[in-house]
Amino acid sequence: MAFATKAAEYTIGIKACTPLYREREYGDKRGKLEELMRPPVREVVIGTGENKVSIGGELVLYRHDLRYMHPTAFFVDIADTASGDELKKRVEAIENWTYLYIGMDLRLDGVALRSVTGDPKKFAEVAKRVGELTNWPIMLCSLNPKVLAAGAEALSGRRPLLFAATTDTWQEVSEIAQKHQCPVVAYVPGDLSELKSLSSTLHQMGLDVVLDPGNEFGAALGATVDDFSMLRRAATREGDQGVGFPLLATPISVWGDYKEGEAEELAKWQETLAGASMIIRYADILVLHSLDMWVQLPLTFLRTNLYTDPVKPVAVEAGLREFGHPTKDSPVMYTSNFALTFFTVESDIKQAGIDAYLLVVDTEGLSIQSAVAGRKLTADVIAEAMKEFKVEEKVNHRILISPGMAARLSGETEDASGWTVKVGPKDSSGISKYIGDELWKKD
Amino acid sequence: MSPKKKKEKNELVLSGDDPALGILGPLEAIFGKFQELELEEITIDVDELEVTVPPGGVGGIAGPAHQFLAQNAFAMQQFAQQMLAALGYNVQMSTGQSSVSIPGIPTAVRPDKLLKARFKAPLTEYSGQIREITLGATKAEGGSRSKTITVGGHKTPAWNLFQSSPKHLPVVAADVFDMRIKLAKAVRVHYDDVMDDPVDWARLVIDKFDADFITYHMISTDPLLEDTSVKEAMKGFEKVLQAVKVPIIVGGSGDPTKDAEILAKAAEVAEGERVLLASATVDMWEPVAKAAKAHNQLVLSWTSIDINQQKELNRRLLDYITPDQIIIDPTTAALGYGAEYSFTIMERMRLAGLLGDSELQFPLSSGTTNAWAAREAWMKRPELGPRELRGPIWESTTALMFLLAGVDVFMMMHPAAIKTVHDLITWLSTRIDRKREDFVDWTKLSIPTN
Repeated sequence: MAFATKAAEYTIGIKACTPLYREREYGDKRGKLEELMRPPVREVVIGTGENKVSIGGELVLYRHDLRYMHPTAFFVDIADTASGDELKKRVEAIENWTYLYIGMDLRLDGVALRSVTGDPKKFAEVAKRVGELTNWPIMLCSLNPKVLAAGAEALSGRRPLLFAATTDTWQEVSEIAQKHQCPVVAYVPGDLSELKSLSSTLHQMGLDVVLDPGNEFGAALGATVDDFSMLRRAATREGDQGVGFPLLATPISVWGDYKEGEAEELAKWQETLAGASMIIRYADILVLHSLDMWVQLPLTFLRTNLYTDPVKPVAVEAGLREFGHPTKDSPVMYTSNFALTFFTVESDIKQAGIDAYLLVVDTEGLSIQSAVAGRKLTADVIAEAMKEFKVEEKVNHRILISPGMAARLSGETEDASGWTVKVGPKDSSGISKYIGDELWKKD
Repeated sequence: MSPKKKKEKNELVLSGDDPALGILGPLEAIFGKFQELELEEITIDVDELEVTVPPGGVGGIAGPAHQFLAQNAFAMQQFAQQMLAALGYNVQMSTGQSSVSIPGIPTAVRPDKLLKARFKAPLTEYSGQIREITLGATKAEGGSRSKTITVGGHKTPAWNLFQSSPKHLPVVAADVFDMRIKLAKAVRVHYDDVMDDPVDWARLVIDKFDADFITYHMISTDPLLEDTSVKEAMKGFEKVLQAVKVPIIVGGSGDPTKDAEILAKAAEVAEGERVLLASATVDMWEPVAKAAKAHNQLVLSWTSIDINQQKELNRRLLDYITPDQIIIDPTTAALGYGAEYSFTIMERMRLAGLLGDSELQFPLSSGTTNAWAAREAWMKRPELGPRELRGPIWESTTALMFLLAGVDVFMMMHPAAIKTVHDLITWLSTRIDRKREDFVDWTKLSIPTN
């Protein structure tokens, strides 16, 4: 029963029950159980090997209903017009895009190869080359089935996602998908009933399906957001299995409005807004174009944020943390116990490679700024924490470094604790310089 | 289901040292030091089960098993029992009935026609409605504003156009401070010329940046800054009231003692104008509530990412003022720095209001300028791209999160972000009908790649 309860909360998968999978006699029951456990949004796997990516498998509409399961996968495009060297550079740029965020390396997930030329031979050639350059998941993008057939052939065994089967091409495209065992996007812009007809048909054929109801942004953002909202609500709340598939969003579509010679920044700005809207409105996979940090940072942050478990506590434990090998002369800083404040400060101190004490004060999970404003962080609270965690036994000096955002409390804190309070940087990225240059020891 | 005992013996063994397992890590994490877990001949009553209820689950929507899993603990219990039943275990259900049908498993067939299917929009009945709150008062209404602003009135989750069009669209209030303040460079360049005169500042954001209205922050009253007297602060406030004729949100410095005096006096000075007093908090609400009652102003009820705290503060305020005097602000964190907590609290508050919780049926406000707390928004790091773009896109994306969660009032700063939010509101508010040929074939686009 304990196992069943865990499984019911989706904190453990039924695959963890090995006898079920080892013993032949359980085959029947296993089928029933799998069907029972099947999430309302089916899971689709793109690619093979260690870099393969799972999308969908979603259980709920709102993250507070339980949690979101598989973070939106970011696929960045490559055009088949790219020459050999450009191709290599583009693949590397996609694979190497990264940013360190509270101890995590943010990354992208796959490449979307587009047939700009419309030439099957060219597409096969470039697909083969891209397949050699990377073992990341690949999406093959063309509305021409002949082009898709050529690409899928060149990447046979790599399980690329095919974009797309339409109401005109579904018979040819489904044959390619069946032959190479690829997941396939059902693409029907502007008609959800036809989309459902197509997805149900493809699913009946045993294919793994991803839905694209058509993505238009700018003035049509409302309609796109509305379509995605209806599809996901129907799947998760109404049990509509015909649309219980992962959703594809294509922020790259904004480049349709781009005119040569215009500032690219405008298209990139729109691409960011389109991407952010669709990450929030349930997209399971995105096709993007821009690799600029200012475009990708808000999007990767947003994805990471929304796909964290909402029951993850906002607060970390209060206490005195040690970094490096602090001595009796090491600096003492304090911060709040809001998880994100703490992790950011922690990561900055570690990166600075300094020896220091960090007093984590119980601010009831509020950031410094909010805690000061809401009177959760006061001089008395700080002084009590210093006493409770015996800070004065740790060091010989009597200097406490306050976050810049709590500067207003320094006077009172000096009175309450008897220590000298020095105001540190407003942003913890300044800690390295502040401690390194020994600013805290100066008047 | 009949509670008769099972005849055959079933055995489920999870062995921690089974080499075939390969998933020991996660198992051990869940079961702790358990090496073996046996389930046999079990008969279970519902009360024996321990189930974790996810917070904020909303109840009452029936459907196949997994659809209502998150909704309540009982569903979770039933589901666990159904799993055991599927394995042939005798599970005694002391309450409830199984409602799961096992649909057919697809086979690899090749139909020659598309299956006909009709998509039905998932319409939902909501019993509650978010209140309509009006800010500002015109001459006819006893004030001197040239317009009023009404927010709220929603009957559905944000932007569910398939349900209905939004009643009132969200609005943007630009921040105006009563003294020169430190700002990120990307913002500062737009305000440098007006920062020494709040009147110029207020006019700039209305005339040039197209803000719907303003928030006037009297931060110079902070005892740690200029400690401006109440009297002096009010002179400045009156000038601003004269200079712009839009509705006004008026705030202090964040010093609770001083704010109590400042906001009380501001309520008096703005008699008849229906200004929004920012803010009442759990630690300082009574003076604000009293002043709002005495002078018929509105109150921003500001809490810290906590639904119960918000309900409690609203209850206290309602001892003094009426429900049409409240807007709520559950705190805005920056994208990457806790925004998801704000997002989820806001989404839950809007839904709770729609499901009938009268203590949460108030329009939402967000201090979106807080987006600039994210270092990625302002830090001088050329490898992250120009700050002129990074900053405003951060503020815009942060706003977009809350726009989709259901926020009605945005307090913002960067002109590009203000314009973007106005654009987004326009775009989100109507469902443009599109034909198939309107959609661009993005697979064939020629796009510059740098």
